[in-house]
Amino acid sequence: MSLNLAQRVASATPPKLARRIRGVSDRTIAWLFVTPTILLLLAVNIFPLIWTIRLSLTNFRTNRPNNPVEFVGLENYRKILTNPDTWASLQATAHFLIWTIVLQVVLGFSLAYLINKKFRGNDLWTTLIVLPMMLSPAVVGNFWTFLYQPQIGLFNYFIEFFSGVDPASFSMIGDVSLAPWTIVLVDTWMWTPFVMLICLAGLRSIPPSIYEAAECDRASKWRQFWTITLPMALPFLMLAVLFRGIENFKMFDLVVQLTGGGPGATTLLTSIDLKREAFEKWRTGFASAYAVILFVTVFGLASIYVKALNKVKDR
Amino acid sequence: MSVKQLFKRAFLAAVVALGFSAGAARATDLTLCWAAWDPANALVELSKEYEAQSGNKMHFEFVPWTSFADRMLNELNSGGKLCDLMIGDSQWIGGAAENGQYIKLNDFFDANKIKMDDFIPATVVGYSEWPKNTPNYWALPAFGDVVGWTYRKDWFARPELQAEFKKKYGHDLAPPTTFDELKQIAEFFQNRDIDGKKVYGASIYTERGSEGITMGVMDVLYSYGFKYDNPDKPYDMEGFVNSADAVKGLEFYKSLYDCCVPPGSSNGYMTEGVDAFKSGQVALQMNFAFTWPGFNTDANVGGDRTGYFANPAGPKGDKFAQLGGQGISVVAASDKKDAALTYIKWFAQPSVQAKWWKLGGYSALRAVVEDPGFAKSQPYAQTFLDSMAIVKDFWAEPSYATLLQSSQKWFHDYVVAGHGTAKQALDGLVADWHATFEEDGKY
Repeated sequence: MSLNLAQRVASATPPKLARRIRGVSDRTIAWLFVTPTILLLLAVNIFPLIWTIRLSLTNFRTNRPNNPVEFVGLENYRKILTNPDTWASLQATAHFLIWTIVLQVVLGFSLAYLINKKFRGNDLWTTLIVLPMMLSPAVVGNFWTFLYQPQIGLFNYFIEFFSGVDPASFSMIGDVSLAPWTIVLVDTWMWTPFVMLICLAGLRSIPPSIYEAAECDRASKWRQFWTITLPMALPFLMLAVLFRGIENFKMFDLVVQLTGGGPGATTLLTSIDLKREAFEKWRTGFASAYAVILFVTVFGLASIYVKALNKVKDR
Repeated sequence: MSVKQLFKRAFLAAVVALGFSAGAARATDLTLCWAAWDPANALVELSKEYEAQSGNKMHFEFVPWTSFADRMLNELNSGGKLCDLMIGDSQWIGGAAENGQYIKLNDFFDANKIKMDDFIPATVVGYSEWPKNTPNYWALPAFGDVVGWTYRKDWFARPELQAEFKKKYGHDLAPPTTFDELKQIAEFFQNRDIDGKKVYGASIYTERGSEGITMGVMDVLYSYGFKYDNPDKPYDMEGFVNSADAVKGLEFYKSLYDCCVPPGSSNGYMTEGVDAFKSGQVALQMNFAFTWPGFNTDANVGGDRTGYFANPAGPKGDKFAQLGGQGISVVAASDKKDAALTYIKWFAQPSVQAKWWKLGGYSALRAVVEDPGFAKSQPYAQTFLDSMAIVKDFWAEPSYATLLQSSQKWFHDYVVAGHGTAKQALDGLVADWHATFEEDGKY
């Protein structure tokens, strides 16, 4: 008689060990496996979070170890929420977030739709398109500052080529009205391939039989797109939006390299503002409150979004 | 003496001798932290002499200027042991002294006969003292630096440009004596064609992220009458920071930015200034004196092609310049403080300071800079002396970083982004600085 896997494992267990674990329930064994992970999570995620909340209620400053730490209640939160600079920073972040997501979704889905069609050189094009997302954001930020340079930058000459505008007459990074778009443009250039890859996975997961059935029913390509392609790729698209949304809410390196938050505070995203409060001004308590507010905002929005995503998936 | 006693004494002598020889042979590894720039390379060269003399091994941790404060203040605040010696920025002195991050050097100076009177007074106040103007020393002046100007001497010398300039402005094309003249020169060269290449008026500081635009604006504001606070009532800034004269100074800086800088100069500091000047883009360049030796030997602008001048005067004849430079301190968290002090003792010697200047380091020792041959030792030496005589410095309070971030925001917002007026920017700055000092319990 052949033994099943469980029986074989049982028979292979040394008798000494078998005696020790005999009587241990499945539930206990499950806990034994899960406990290290829970402890690790508590140590690296939950404890710092609780510590941050605690610090946010104090006037603690890391660079003043000799100063007494006082409990200030919700004063830090009040200061942040009534500070016009915080709202300006949130506005800059919202502009960046909304436009990058809109552009990346439209371009990423369009590219995925095209790449999904079988054509000569398909693989080569896919590789070339995904190259930007493999680069370091700091490197991308650095070389785009050269591309945007009015005197030597290719970008300004590209604009001159198509519009005739003198390349030295405008500065993408130095102009208040253009700077918010420069960071949107670079982030879109870098991360559209990521959205494309997720959309491509979605498009390739649609069974061809559905299209064949639609062809039999004489559905037009336009109708097939709106009733088959888009609804079935929508969960993937929404996932891409979630990933990019979270990533761009905490965008830092690329923008610091490109504009340093300027001109003025035009591109001062919340993450840059937070870093300056925490590690340049060393207002640790204040920065902790700022971080908690941002965490609650992102967590709240992401939770609502994930619920919507699950609904779309279940549909 | 019995044999037993003889053995005992011989044994003790052997132990003592062994101890001495072990002590003499014990080399200490010291780490010196500073910014990554040309003078740091000169210091590496200079320190070889210390290594040979002391037997200690020197290691260096150099960080680019734009992240120098971030990196090193993190190190100091966290009580890190990476650095035994720190050549920290002058504005850190208040925080480092009050938070016990540097060791106090008074006793060490007294014991080793190092006198602060031997150093340029402005550098002692700027780099060593906290509280300011009191004999409490936390650093030895290590590198004197100040904001000044370079100009294209070869362009200024062209007869056709001289004639055109004189006709237009009624005076010679020469290093400016006032800021108004400086702007005239910058306007004159802006978009001018020289040797088939379009050139621009001036390169000035506009950097947003660290301290750039504040250093540039302050360099001009001092000569226009800006004061940090009421001389009779510390931290009372209303009417001093935002005085009518200070407003005019800030308006001047913006007008210089609007009229006369190369395109795309919205976020430039020391490196960008050096690049603009060396590549032949600008006629005038604002920069710290540490950059001057590099111009003097440059293939494109070196030798007689570059001239140097100290800050010109403001409308009322006042003439000041922004102090740069640093002092060298021993980090309190270091386990090798005694060995680190031997480095400072060695560095303070007049012969070492003289060699420091020869290698490209700006010594702050009076014996070096007051030597009769000093002013003519380099083309920029006299300008360095003139500039060091008129220096003022930014706040060196423990809250300096917060104060700096406020000025960065308000100055960049007005000068580069063009938001609001100069008066609004300075009023906003007063409000921010007031709030910071209020948090510090200064009122």
